[in-house]
Amino acid sequence: MSTTEEDRTPEPRVLGVPRMGLVVLIGVSGSGKSTFAAEHFAPTQVISSDHCRGMVSDDENDQSASADAFALLHTVVDIRLRRGLLTVVDATNVQSRVRGELVRIAKDNNVLSTAIVLDVPEALAKERNRGRPDRDFGDHVVRRQRRELRQGLKRLSREGFRRIHVLRGPEEIDGATVELERAWPDRTELTGPFDIVGDVHGCREELEELLGVLGYELSRDGEGRPVGARHPDGRTAVFVGDLVDRGPDSPGVLRLVMGMVADGDALCVPGNHENKLIRALKGAKVQATHGLAETLEQLGRESEEFRARVLAFCDGLVSHLVLDGGRLVVAHAGLKEEYHGRASGRVRSFALYGETTGETDEYGLPVRLPWAREYRGKAAVVYGHVPTVKAEWLNNTICLDTGCVFGGKLTALRHPERELVDVDAHRTWYEPVRPLSGTPPEDGERRADDTVDITDVGVGDGVSAPGLYVETADGAVRTDSGSTLSALEVMSRFAVDPRWLLYLPPTMAPAPTAAAPGLLEHPDEAFAYFRGAGTGEVVCQEKHMGSRAVAVLCRDGEAAERRFVPGELGTVYTRTGRPFFQDPALRAEVVDQLRRAVTEADLWDRLGTDWVALDGELLPWSAKARPLIREQYASVGAAARASLPAAAAALRAAAARGVPVDGLADKVALRTEQTEAFSRVYRRYSWDTDGAAGLRYAPFAVLASEGREYTDADHLWHMAIAERLAEAGGLVQPTRYRVVDTTDPAACGSAADWWTDLVSAGGEGMVVKPVLGARAEGRKGLVQPGLKVRGPEYLRIVYGADYTDPERLAVLKDRNLGRKNSLAMREHKLGLEALARHARREPLWRVHEPVFAVLALASEPVDPRL
Amino acid sequence: MLLTITTTAAPATDLGFLLHKHPDRAQSFEQSFGTAHVFYPEATGERCTAALLLDVDAQALLRARTSVSSPDFSLAQYVNDRPYATSSLFTVALGRVFRSALRGSCRARPELARTPLPLELRMPAVPCRSGAERARALFEPLGWTVDAEPVPLDPGLPGWGDSHYLSLTLTGTVRLSEALSHLYVLLPAMDGSKHYWVDRSEVDKLLRAGGLPGAAPRTAVDGPSAAGEATPSAIAPEAPGEDGDGTDGPDADVGWLAGHPERDWITHRYLNRRDAYVRTALARIAEAEGLAEGDGADDPAAEEAETAPPAEGHDERVPTLAEQRAGAVMAVLEAEDATSVIDLGCGSGRLLARLAADRSLTRVTGVDVSVTALEHAHRRTCRGCDPGGGRRHRPLPALTGGAVGANGAPPRPELLVGSVVYRDRRFSGYDAAVLMEVIEHLDPSRLPAMEESVFGAARPRVVVVTTPNAEYNTHYEGLADGSLRHSDHRFEWTRAEFARWGDRVAEQYGYRLRRLPVGSEDPETGSPTQMGVFVR
Repeated sequence: MSTTEEDRTPEPRVLGVPRMGLVVLIGVSGSGKSTFAAEHFAPTQVISSDHCRGMVSDDENDQSASADAFALLHTVVDIRLRRGLLTVVDATNVQSRVRGELVRIAKDNNVLSTAIVLDVPEALAKERNRGRPDRDFGDHVVRRQRRELRQGLKRLSREGFRRIHVLRGPEEIDGATVELERAWPDRTELTGPFDIVGDVHGCREELEELLGVLGYELSRDGEGRPVGARHPDGRTAVFVGDLVDRGPDSPGVLRLVMGMVADGDALCVPGNHENKLIRALKGAKVQATHGLAETLEQLGRESEEFRARVLAFCDGLVSHLVLDGGRLVVAHAGLKEEYHGRASGRVRSFALYGETTGETDEYGLPVRLPWAREYRGKAAVVYGHVPTVKAEWLNNTICLDTGCVFGGKLTALRHPERELVDVDAHRTWYEPVRPLSGTPPEDGERRADDTVDITDVGVGDGVSAPGLYVETADGAVRTDSGSTLSALEVMSRFAVDPRWLLYLPPTMAPAPTAAAPGLLEHPDEAFAYFRGAGTGEVVCQEKHMGSRAVAVLCRDGEAAERRFVPGELGTVYTRTGRPFFQDPALRAEVVDQLRRAVTEADLWDRLGTDWVALDGELLPWSAKARPLIREQYASVGAAARASLPAAAAALRAAAARGVPVDGLADKVALRTEQTEAFSRVYRRYSWDTDGAAGLRYAPFAVLASEGREYTDADHLWHMAIAERLAEAGGLVQPTRYRVVDTTDPAACGSAADWWTDLVSAGGEGMVVKPVLGARAEGRKGLVQPGLKVRGPEYLRIVYGADYTDPERLAVLKDRNLGRKNSLAMREHKLGLEALARHARREPLWRVHEPVFAVLALASEPVDPRL
Repeated sequence: MLLTITTTAAPATDLGFLLHKHPDRAQSFEQSFGTAHVFYPEATGERCTAALLLDVDAQALLRARTSVSSPDFSLAQYVNDRPYATSSLFTVALGRVFRSALRGSCRARPELARTPLPLELRMPAVPCRSGAERARALFEPLGWTVDAEPVPLDPGLPGWGDSHYLSLTLTGTVRLSEALSHLYVLLPAMDGSKHYWVDRSEVDKLLRAGGLPGAAPRTAVDGPSAAGEATPSAIAPEAPGEDGDGTDGPDADVGWLAGHPERDWITHRYLNRRDAYVRTALARIAEAEGLAEGDGADDPAAEEAETAPPAEGHDERVPTLAEQRAGAVMAVLEAEDATSVIDLGCGSGRLLARLAADRSLTRVTGVDVSVTALEHAHRRTCRGCDPGGGRRHRPLPALTGGAVGANGAPPRPELLVGSVVYRDRRFSGYDAAVLMEVIEHLDPSRLPAMEESVFGAARPRVVVVTTPNAEYNTHYEGLADGSLRHSDHRFEWTRAEFARWGDRVAEQYGYRLRRLPVGSEDPETGSPTQMGVFVR
């Protein structure tokens, strides 16, 4: 606490103000607060009561609007402080009650409050007020305000202000400057690289060994005791606290760490054991339990000077550190996101002890709240405090306390490399109260990071949803409220276990509408698109007419348990995440056949993995869509086949009687032809299957395998893998394809002929993709990963049997593809992001977020015929 | 799309007078959704056939937005059977083109219009999912000989069986106007899906076409159509006889519908299963017959109930079971002295309504993953949240997170859209949670996520779970061995399976479990529903 009230120096005053915090200006009306605020702070940082009064009443001096004005002011202050913004309140603030409310808001947001008092002579304030026509209140008001101010000055520090600056007289006010100070935990300018070391607890030998393994060179004093360590590459060690207690040589550990910190080779945050040691060293009555007795006994053999240094060192440690541009937070017991970089008793207590439920477990130890499970922040939080068997990442947090003093290990984390380095304890130095737990914060049947929160999918506000805002490597993608809620229902009720869902296929846009007469789609337009985008060669893949199917296949149960769902060896799901096969036996049979193909194609070894995810098409269409084909397609054909001949017969009879019905008869004849053409389409994609017999799977992409995703691989590689799988036999079917240089008209022409052959033979059409793969970029960045070019006959089951009527076609050619293209691109970005996050082994909620967003976008309205 | 009407009553060409369409001409009548053509394939003194051919314009059909929709098939607007099947579009055209004939008015041959004639009606593709039997049950009581042949689905898909269309031929001696009115009512009833919005005026159309005397609009009873239920009148049929007396037949009794053995089914289907309208219609028929008035016809509560869907997840195979279940849950909550309750998976609010009415509960919240279900729950439980006052309520989307009730009090019940398989802070802070007929709608692999969310994160003191007892299924006739009570059930547990799951959950999350039967208990198989009460 630095009260500068007594400072009466003539030099210009420099007012220290925490960068993240609240500044309360205090002064009577006419003391120059607004002028002062305008001079020293940005306009958006200053919240003035007059301005708020104006906003709620159109009159900045309407005192009857004060209650509403302050309600608004408090709301704005609260929001700004929650967001970590410096906020200056420009109001008289002469009453203790008014200031108390502001300090409370600051405390709620765990930021510090600073008071700046502008104390001007009463006469000057009165004179200034008289010069302002809108201030028509009497002099008695200023007098009363001044009296209140005077009374309150002494109380300011008790009111909770951590800094109080009193400026007396206009000269001092005019001469003062404000210096923004960053919060103590804010060391974002340090970029390391860092080696963060877990709880040492007096295990000096193991610490020396670990620092050696990490590459530090130790320096020793005359007695051979280590007093420093420096890394030749300039790395910085960071200690998570609990250097002392329980272990054999707490003074030795302190000597080494204090030396490293003093030399700038290390940083350190306090642990709860240091906190207790401070109180013991200061002479407070503390219970010498949990190993404190050993430490005090060991320190007792040290010099008084050393003990003083220890006290000063421990007392000067800052609760937590925010490092590396905000990417790394180190706190002894961890820290939830809203506390990062903040300063308050609450934050310090959380950082030292964590948050507990108030209950104790069967060993009498406090039950901790699982803050890490709910952690969703961008900064990696590295902590210690809770001894565990193995350091494991959980939602971008990791606990490095691997119980060295209990005979476990001493562990360090390299940042930003995210490599763990550990050394074994030389012995069990101290018996634990309870056995070390498996995973932090506690062991459960599910991995702790398998829990997805409702807020992770953009829901959680009464009966509406804010929607998702997903940051992808290629820009942010939003989902709106309605589609988010639709996706919630589908995901909750129909989707496979989200742990399987590493990806949902994006929708694919059709080629721009064909210029050629009589056609809606033609390869020329697809080639032109990629030529225009500057992506060079494309691959044309035959489009199988079946149902989209993602297959996730595990080599063994261990892989399934580690990465997906225990107890199953794989799954096949649809483009909306539903299980492709409802029957578990059939699902197992298909998974098994596909796993066999992967084994025979030697993919496990070739890809160096024990699981693989494939994207492809499962045939026949009727395998999944039989009810749809029956109800929506074949029924139309049946009704037409029953009605049209009867109509034709009636018309023939009428015509024979000389009734003029020729036009109508022609139309019926045309409809009859079109109906047959329409029926031919869906018949071709329907055949009987019996279990897995008759099913075919045509993979066209390897999505991912352990630690790897393949969106950067070119399509020739993907096609080669697909061919190998098909050669292995079983139900895998190859995909015909050809590579086309879009700048070569002859090649384009021959590819268009190939397409014509495909669709004339009953094919659905083809897909044109940049040969470089899903991440292919054109001159303006990411391009569509593929465009479909569907055949004219196939389109009858999309646009209706009669869409080829010239007048209908003319209308249809006017179709608008903008929305479809945009959706396809947004879903593509989400798909890439989901695979990337999964490959980085990010927690389930992080993978689920873009996957869920794809499902949400899939429910956005768009012409379903595209 | 085709109807032929043949008569052999001499002179057969008088059919032209009755239909008001000249036998030697081909006439066209523009409809909003296409063109209706009338022509005569044969017209001799002995035998005369009139054909009504409806040529549906696909573009025009698109403009009638409500025409065909299917929740699972977004292309239904573009690919559908409407141009070919004898659907409600067809009956609209029939009502327009043969309007006078339907009314039975004929200035040229008034006697003939009142005389039963030997008729043959042919329709090649009548949608009727309930099969040929149904067609016979509908037309035979009206004096028709019925020839109903199922139309094969597709010769190119052998083994796929028949389609849901019938090739229908009706022969009989019937007044032409009555024959047309039979088609007018029964074709849409067989089809079961109207291409336009069904509102209250449909009740009058039905009763008038069914021959009910004095079936004029009764606004005093029916009230105006609710706002937002606008009828796209351009494509909805006008009621036959709307501008005439409609009862000039010699045997003007209560009409053919009142005496039809399938009356209730017809009414139900014609009115698109809108229960309140069905009740109104049946009550008015009963009234005309001089019988006691049907129950609930004018009860405002009936209006509310009309839109309640079959409660998702609240099985109704045994009608009283759902009520017993809700009662059992209420009793358990009372026995446990629950002070606040969150109903997870509240569906359309059957239990929620009872919870909200229990003033001993300080807070009641319903959660469902379906916004549609919450809409129904809101309508069922809301006692008025519209600032306009009264029992009116605001639409659900207006009730966002911080919404308050009518007088500033928190809304009761609070409604949240949420999912039990996602952890949700909003589930915390309740004394008790109820999962009534919910878990069996989750895939088994999602159960651990639900357990974590409810028992792990929310951790209410009491959790009540109900689920079907699979052993009891043998008592349900028509439920094949091993099949489930509801198509969305992912599993149904035996008592032992439920006990195993419940014991494990109780053990893992620190609850004590007791299990109770719900519904009549059978010594062999136990009760239809089983309930688990978890307390910590």
